[in-house]
Amino acid sequence: MRTFLLKRSLQLIPTLFVVAVIVFFITRMLPGNPAAVMLGPQASAEDIAAYAERLGLNDPIYQQFFDYLINLVKFDFGNSLSYNQPIVNLIMERFPNTVILAVSALLIAIIVGVPAGILAAKKQNTIIDYLVTTLSLVGVSMPIFWLGVMLVLAFSVNLGWLPSTGMGSLDNGLWAFIRHLILPSLALATIPTAQFARVIRSSMLETLSNDYIKAARSKGLKETFVIYKHALKNALTPLLTVIGLQFSNLLGGAVLTETIFSWPGMGLLIVNAIDKRDFVVVQGSVIFIAIIYVVINLIVDVLYKVVNPKVNLDGGSGGAN
Amino acid sequence: MVEVANELEQTRELQYAKARKEQAFTRKLLRNRFAALGLGIIFLLIVTAIFAPLIATHPPNQMDVTKSLLGPGSEGHLLGTDSYGRDTFSRIVYGSRISLIVGISAVLFGAFFGSMLGLISGYVGGRTDAIIMRIIDGMMAFPFILLAIVLMSVLGQGLVNVVIAIGVSNIPGFARVIRGQVLTIKESEYIEVTRSLGARHGRILFYHIVPNSMAPLIVYATMSVAGAIISEASLSFLGLGVQPPTASWGSMLQEGKDFLVLSPELATISGLAILITVLGINLFGDGLRDALDPKMKV
Repeated sequence: MRTFLLKRSLQLIPTLFVVAVIVFFITRMLPGNPAAVMLGPQASAEDIAAYAERLGLNDPIYQQFFDYLINLVKFDFGNSLSYNQPIVNLIMERFPNTVILAVSALLIAIIVGVPAGILAAKKQNTIIDYLVTTLSLVGVSMPIFWLGVMLVLAFSVNLGWLPSTGMGSLDNGLWAFIRHLILPSLALATIPTAQFARVIRSSMLETLSNDYIKAARSKGLKETFVIYKHALKNALTPLLTVIGLQFSNLLGGAVLTETIFSWPGMGLLIVNAIDKRDFVVVQGSVIFIAIIYVVINLIVDVLYKVVNPKVNLDGGSGGAN
Repeated sequence: MVEVANELEQTRELQYAKARKEQAFTRKLLRNRFAALGLGIIFLLIVTAIFAPLIATHPPNQMDVTKSLLGPGSEGHLLGTDSYGRDTFSRIVYGSRISLIVGISAVLFGAFFGSMLGLISGYVGGRTDAIIMRIIDGMMAFPFILLAIVLMSVLGQGLVNVVIAIGVSNIPGFARVIRGQVLTIKESEYIEVTRSLGARHGRILFYHIVPNSMAPLIVYATMSVAGAIISEASLSFLGLGVQPPTASWGSMLQEGKDFLVLSPELATISGLAILITVLGINLFGDGLRDALDPKMKV
């Protein structure tokens, strides 16, 4: 296990290096002088020259890349021009908000999706199964930005029950906080809920057709016992991978949900930074999200190994990614 | 003479077997009602996109501010108008073109480059495989939509750039699917036999490995079209997609979001168009997978 952990952790280094290379070169693809783009059309030639110097854009490209790597290792993402503060501070301020949203969406998805999948498998080929299967297919096909807009239309515009934008402060009480959280987490939870229901249904059906389940049934064990003690335990392994993948997706992919509900997380930070042409913020935030994404995938791989020690992930390339 | 006749007989047998297999596949696919429904939706989308000028009741970009935000059915506008007085129905009809073009082109782009990388990686193995897979891992470290957003922010708005951004984001998925297939197939006995008979690498790859990897590739590509259509709509929704005033379902939804009180149908209809299209493709993709091989892990 220790060897696996070490080997898998070492695999992170080349992956993160590639991430750094990709982000560095994408932001260098900006047409024209990046300093001029970032400062906007009103900037004077002197200001542009000074800013280009500050960003190190006058250095040779290999020097720029080397400095950029050194800064990354020191966790120094540079300073934001539009926010006038270090990007690390911005990330530390916004990332917890994204985590709150992602965790609440994940909890909703587990609480709704897993029992729905189990129920559909238990009642295979009944109306309940068809309902769960159809709803989950609609769920995975859902453009969540549309669902978000529809939720706002129904619960904010028409019924006036819940706020449509922003994040509630805990200083105004727990209810104010939760009221703001409900709509964005519901929108964000839709796809994972549907996916969990699909995964758990199919893996339960696969497990239920195994000989040892038939043996357990023929021994006269109660159906509930067979389902929860035997089948569910084995069906949970694939679910674990999907949960991990979805969690990393939620952390990084909440861009649209955060934009619709003006939720002050990492996604909104990136979209606003793109609007303001503040590419230093885009670069830093995207690298940060990629690091989190890779680390969560490592944790999922390790958990997968703990739950199912027979699984050989050593030779793979990135495991459960 | 007898040998030739036998060989002809064998070839005919093989052809019959292949035809029977294809018939069984088509029957299985069409017997699945959901897959048939999905196919029907896809067919409708294609017909709408091709015959858009005949189906649309107005030119999609024709503005008339005196007729802005009309309700459905008023003054000859089937689904009403937007804030510029443009006909919503006609824009929905023309929007299907953007969805279809981006959906198919971006997936073809991702499938071509991803499959090439996957083929080389899986077939050559060793250090080449390690290097390619580290690059793929690096690309996969970005949530799909985030990579497309960042690329679009640098490339700028436009149809071709949307195809490139979504296509690039699709590369790692295809590379992984194909690499997995190649690794399995290249160890099989018939490849060993072909190799021992002196077949060249190119022949083994393109005559044996590629055709046998097609089933999962087709299923994955079908599902990816749905993802690409959602991604295009997402980018247009964020103002990073096709250039205005081109009608795209995502940009229509973004405009509709600002008029939820006055004209809720604008956002509702454009979103429904995306949902129905994606649902149709997913229904067909699920059916395709089940008909080809239910145990396929795509």
